[in-house]
Amino acid sequence: MLNDVTFGQYYPVRSFVHNMDPRAKIVFVIAYIVAIFLADNFFGLAAVTLFLLVAVFLSRVPLGRVLRSVKMILFLVIFTAVLNLFFYTGESAYEPLLQWWIVSVTWESIVNTIFLAVRLFLLVLGTSLLTLTTTPVSLTDGIESLLKPLTFIKVPVHELALIMSIALRFIPILIDETNRIISAQKARGADFDTGGLIKRAKAMIPVLIPLLVSAFRRAEELGDAMDARCYRGAKGRTKYKKLTFSWRDLLGLLYFGVLIAGVVLLNVYLGSRFAFLAWIFG
Amino acid sequence: MEAVRFDNVKYSYREEDESFAVNGVTLSIEEGEFVAVLGRNGSGKSTLAKLINVLLTPTEGSVQVFGMDTREEKLTFDIRKNTGMVFQNPDNQTVASVVEDDVAFGPENLGVPREEIGRRIDFALDAVGMQSFRAATPSRLSGGQKQRIAIAGVLAILPKIMILDESTAMLDPQGRREVMEVIRRLNKEQGMTVILITHFMDEALQADRAVVMHRGEVVMDGKPEEIFARSEELETYNLTLPRAAYICKKLRAAGMPVGEAFTAEELAEEICRSLQRA
Repeated sequence: MLNDVTFGQYYPVRSFVHNMDPRAKIVFVIAYIVAIFLADNFFGLAAVTLFLLVAVFLSRVPLGRVLRSVKMILFLVIFTAVLNLFFYTGESAYEPLLQWWIVSVTWESIVNTIFLAVRLFLLVLGTSLLTLTTTPVSLTDGIESLLKPLTFIKVPVHELALIMSIALRFIPILIDETNRIISAQKARGADFDTGGLIKRAKAMIPVLIPLLVSAFRRAEELGDAMDARCYRGAKGRTKYKKLTFSWRDLLGLLYFGVLIAGVVLLNVYLGSRFAFLAWIFG
Repeated sequence: MEAVRFDNVKYSYREEDESFAVNGVTLSIEEGEFVAVLGRNGSGKSTLAKLINVLLTPTEGSVQVFGMDTREEKLTFDIRKNTGMVFQNPDNQTVASVVEDDVAFGPENLGVPREEIGRRIDFALDAVGMQSFRAATPSRLSGGQKQRIAIAGVLAILPKIMILDESTAMLDPQGRREVMEVIRRLNKEQGMTVILITHFMDEALQADRAVVMHRGEVVMDGKPEEIFARSEELETYNLTLPRAAYICKKLRAAGMPVGEAFTAEELAEEICRSLQRA
């Protein structure tokens, strides 16, 4: 039942992008998102797309695998697209194409809808490239390292990162356990596959309760095991794996610097997303 | 040198009632000894283990590890540095998703410098014969392999005492053999003090000394062979003999004149000898 749950979507190959420092990759994804939101015309988005395609090529992840991540947000995109198309309230320089009650469709709303949809798609594609090329563990390491300055304002960064990595580590174990409990309950005559939504949800209670109880028992034992291995928080602790910036990360920095600068220049010289309507309609 | 000393130790999980999980234990374990602690479920043997490692502190009496009293809070860390503990379920004692990261966890906690951690990982994985699994994911390994990783994680702390709390109970026979092999080597080659908590009598035969616990008390203490020679007494504590010794006893009862035997080889020899005589 839960066998096909693979946590994260890491795509295990060796590549330029895979070998980058996870911290750098996180920063680059933020830069990429900034670029998407700075871009105010289709040329800017085209530039972002081009940069993304090059990154995908360098990562050696098949393009189809990256595109698959869009499926998750398809509903969201359609939903926002419909709202945008019919309820866009911006100024319109042209006759509305359709107007009825509070609903109206204008040239601007069409342009805006397409623009926002492309933006959302690019957003998801870029961030999923991060999770495709970075293991959850090194992602956690990266986040811990980036958030380190927050320890000065008493944020328990190390503890949070440890919680995250332990959670990641226990996911396969708890999935196994869930399958085992489901089998055990089925053997006792439990029925998980028939009945309405409410009946099925209720049928899951005898699975969830033993799972919860066992998770607590595991947590207690893990706590003891960590104590026994001299764990006492971040104090006086060293780290075995060290993250290091390399020439790859420097190139990446340049790459995304160029992207942001390019997007800004395109905004300045080519105007807003609606500018081309004026060229078409004179 | 004396590694562990129990002085009339009592421990109760609940303060209000008088049911002691460990009830007046006095025990001394020398450095380099291999001690098996035997007993049924609820005999207090796991509690005994946790008292050594300061996971519990005695309600009455005192526990000393290399002369350090476990009730003194500022010594807790030093005691734990010297006493590694391996638990029953390997899944619940692995912290990281990669073998070497997990082995590194202990030394990281001690604040060991990076290069030294690398050396300790090499040493620990070598000792348990898992060097080639350095970059593997623990959840994909077999039970015996996982437990060997757990032992490596403890070894990397460089403890002087290794406590194994039913560490073979969840393993299949193959995994159990692997783990016992590692433990015996650590004891013989590195002089590690081993305290093996178990309810498998055959494992106890590999120890230098066996301690039997019953209702929180130490009721028998001696060489494993001596303990198993007193089979009637063992039965009163709901313990059985090792398989070979059990067969021996039954053969004798059926009128075959065999001597004492504890392993399959010894048993075979005894049977041959008695057949030759007949």
